[in-house]
Amino acid sequence: MPTIVVDVMPKAELLDPQGKAVSGALDRLGYEGFGGVRIGKRFELTVESADEATLATVRTIADEILSNSVIEDVVGIEVVE
Amino acid sequence: MIARIGVITFPGSLDDRDAQRAVRLAGAEPVALWHGSHDLEGVDALVLPGGFSYGDYLRAGAIAALSPIMSEVKDAAAKGMPVLGICNGFQMLVEAHLLPGGLIRNAHQQFIRRDQKLRVENASTAWTSQFEVGQEITIPLKNGDGGYICSAETLQRIEGEGLVAFRYAGVNPNGSLDDIAGLTNERGNVVGLMPHPEHAVEPGFGPNTAAAMRSGVDGLAFFTSAIASLVAA
Repeated sequence: MPTIVVDVMPKAELLDPQGKAVSGALDRLGYEGFGGVRIGKRFELTVESADEATLATVRTIADEILSNSVIEDVVGIEVVE
Repeated sequence: MIARIGVITFPGSLDDRDAQRAVRLAGAEPVALWHGSHDLEGVDALVLPGGFSYGDYLRAGAIAALSPIMSEVKDAAAKGMPVLGICNGFQMLVEAHLLPGGLIRNAHQQFIRRDQKLRVENASTAWTSQFEVGQEITIPLKNGDGGYICSAETLQRIEGEGLVAFRYAGVNPNGSLDDIAGLTNERGNVVGLMPHPEHAVEPGFGPNTAAAMRSGVDGLAFFTSAIASLVAA
């Protein structure tokens, strides 16, 4: 069955405490050249068919449930087999 | 007639019994309500208690905000019923868009438990009328996802319209914008905050005060305010 992948990221302008903590760890370990780290979420939805109607439903679910538009953006919805 | 205040239990609620106890100590009758029901059982006001509903999966409060009973909570809030969200309940209220903004992981990534000083910023809401503006109170704070954030436009609006109900005083424990600890809606019936008034309602079981250990009861006025607003209505 096909899988639809939804990627959600914290809004660029808002603080991402998790990413900041990882970024701090990279600095501490001596890895240079990394300006920042941001942590998001990946959802894998298994569907019977990745037709246009299903994709439309997934867009609604992504906007209304999988993400909170106040603090996050849906940055990608793609079908993978 | 004695006021009936409902406390909704969600899967993973922790402080529902404490909230019921606070309601009782304030002089109202607590009514236990269930997230899976569509029945508010005729209560006069509602408390969404603290805890870790659904293990904070997805986002804190997000799945609980989609519970069956939340459609009735939204209707009741729109009609002016007093609704208080404490900690996880506050997270549910922002996820349900009953209050603006969002709550994210504490800025320093750590869970906090401390007796927290707050400054009352708005004493005109259903849950704060027995306070004075500028009054400092101390109630427990305990959370991992307490950082309040919102867009610059939203922040300007909530500050401009006086929707900040409480601010952290002394120290900002979690990186919240403008030291925001709690908010009200425009109408003043819906209030949410991260700290826990229900844990500061009975001498012997509250925060320490200058007078005596564990004697702090600053949380009681939240509940007596709601009862007073119901009598006045």
